Amino acid sequence: MSDSILQQPQQGVERPGSRWRARLRTQWPAAIALLPAALILLVVYIGTMVWTLRLSFTSSKMLPVMDFVGWNQYFRLFNTERFIISIDNIWVFGVLFIPGALVCGFMLAVFIDQRVRAEGLLRTIFLYPYALSFIVTGLVWQWFLNPTLGLQKVIHDLGFPHFQFDWIVQPTRVVYTLVIAGIWQASGLVMAILLAGLRGIDAELWKATKIDAIPAWRVYFSIILPMLSPMIATASVLLAVSVAKLYDLVVAMTNGGPGLSSEVPAKFVMDNFFERSNVGLGSAAASVLLVSVIVILSPWIYSQYFRRQGGRK
Amino acid sequence: MKLMTSLIALAAAAAISTPVLAAEPLKAEVIHWWTSGGEAAAVKVFADAYNKAGGQWVDSAIAGGDAARAAGINRIVGGNPPTMMQFNTGKQLDELVKNDFLANLDAAASAGNWKAVLPKAILNASMRNGHFYALPVNIHGQNWVFFNQKAFAEAGITAPKTWEDVLADGPKLKAKGIIPLAHGGQKWQDKILFDAVLAGDGGAALFRKVYSPDAQAAIADPKFKQVAETFKKLRGLMDEGMPGRNWNDATAMVITGKAGMQVMGDWAKGEFLAAHQTAGKEYGCAVIGSGYIMGGDVFVFPKLKSAEGTAAQALLEKVMFSPETQIAFNMKKGSVPVRTDVEATGMDSCAQQGMTALKDPERQLPSVSYLISPDEDGALQDVVTQYLNTPAETSSEFVSKFAAAVKASG
Repeated sequence: MSDSILQQPQQGVERPGSRWRARLRTQWPAAIALLPAALILLVVYIGTMVWTLRLSFTSSKMLPVMDFVGWNQYFRLFNTERFIISIDNIWVFGVLFIPGALVCGFMLAVFIDQRVRAEGLLRTIFLYPYALSFIVTGLVWQWFLNPTLGLQKVIHDLGFPHFQFDWIVQPTRVVYTLVIAGIWQASGLVMAILLAGLRGIDAELWKATKIDAIPAWRVYFSIILPMLSPMIATASVLLAVSVAKLYDLVVAMTNGGPGLSSEVPAKFVMDNFFERSNVGLGSAAASVLLVSVIVILSPWIYSQYFRRQGGRK
Repeated sequence: MKLMTSLIALAAAAAISTPVLAAEPLKAEVIHWWTSGGEAAAVKVFADAYNKAGGQWVDSAIAGGDAARAAGINRIVGGNPPTMMQFNTGKQLDELVKNDFLANLDAAASAGNWKAVLPKAILNASMRNGHFYALPVNIHGQNWVFFNQKAFAEAGITAPKTWEDVLADGPKLKAKGIIPLAHGGQKWQDKILFDAVLAGDGGAALFRKVYSPDAQAAIADPKFKQVAETFKKLRGLMDEGMPGRNWNDATAMVITGKAGMQVMGDWAKGEFLAAHQTAGKEYGCAVIGSGYIMGGDVFVFPKLKSAEGTAAQALLEKVMFSPETQIAFNMKKGSVPVRTDVEATGMDSCAQQGMTALKDPERQLPSVSYLISPDEDGALQDVVTQYLNTPAETSSEFVSKFAAAVKASG
């Protein structure tokens, strides 16, 4: 019944626009199927982003208020010591964490790729930290680094009373303990990605470099690494995302302390939204985060897009 | 004729209502978030007292204050309110009152003479626009010093009376290999310590002024700067494992004698109790200075349509506020009764000290959360914690940052 109705116009004389209508007919089920996804994208993602931006220009405290106070929340934000410290920390963390995890992960991958014995076991061990949540990672490292409970105390008890490793309670050092815990957790993932890449490299290549008597480190640097660049890019993006959303590791490991010395922007946003009934300031901080991520990512997105267009010519 | 009908009506009403009251206990559904061992034992005191008075307590405990409040508010807005729910005073109470969701407790208040027996700070916290909307049930003191008697005896010191004493006692405890001050380096605990120093060293009047609209003048006072300096010196009495420590871990250090003292609210007594220690014997307690900082728990009563529900509410209000229930409940909870007219004899020595402080209006200080917004409280916590943990930050830098934070968030 419905089929005959749909087919009817095709039997008629061709008119201008009928081709468009025909295309619409064949594609409308797809359009309907995609509609929920499109709506979700528009309302949930874009909509909430716009909503947050709008709220950052209001004086909202516990509940959203739709007034307009200009850039007041932003002025307050950039005059808040805690937010400035948070921004500094996220930079230090990102700059050390991404290369650190890449280097460690690459070394582990190279190590495993030497066809070592019990490879499966080692691979599981190295990847295991990634299976732990950041909360567990944070707690374990908190206990391990605590000078009165963990490593320092154990070594003192072993008879070395001058050993000192109390970075987690030193305001100037605490951010590096976050980096250590982060690298410990993420290296396994980088290893898994790069190992897959290493396994894809043809054994003939290694034979050829041996004939040419090129030292192994040189092969890795000049030949293997460039061949792995798509995998390295993937790993970097994953690591960069975990930098921007860094929150649970800090909450579990230091809770921002000592003092404010290990605060991060995501924690600033969460605390202001949920503990301090300060929706306006929290939204302003969230908007600053959003804009900085866009600013940092846009050259990369642009270059990807530009390169693809260029490649087609 | 007229008399006749009204008599018949009265008789009929009596005939209908008496058997109902006698047969059906007044059901009261209660939402609260007291789920830990000691808290559950305390809330059972309320339940038993209510059941004995002819009611039927239906317990709806929900773990976590946020979750319990959210559940209660959803049911109020959805038209199926509980008979009674635990709540916080402050901004959230304002909103419920403004939207006319809560029953006015003035009748119970005047019958129970609340105005005469409640300390002023608690009275103000449970009233909005001159009417009662919340039933306060306990008072938690927030500026207690708990100390280990054995450690103090070893070092040859007694309960500190001023913050100068605390600073002087520190080296004596250290000489015996005891950490003088057990502290948990989390923002709220840093702030509790700061407020204790502010009330003890700066005095009750300065404390009130710092958390009032007239804050800037108080912050500019040289006395405030001196408070900041005393506070900073306390850092030298803490151990290096302090940052991030939980408050109960710090209490455990005092219980085991590893540390000499801790500054905490009287909920810490629950930890001593669980370790089978008695106030005045294994551990002692002191409030430094005259000001006694008070917070506490309250219950609110949503507006109900049924007469039975309203009757249950009235009975709850009466039972929970009665002196006997108040004493029994607060002994379990570790807090002190909200009534200033009850005898403190049955309570431990710390609670007795608390009761004495409560009876003097000069000494009553409201908890900071009654006085300023969570926004301002949080901003000040940031300033205080950074000052305590940054060795290089001077007291004048701290004072100007404190003033700026009050200005930005006030």
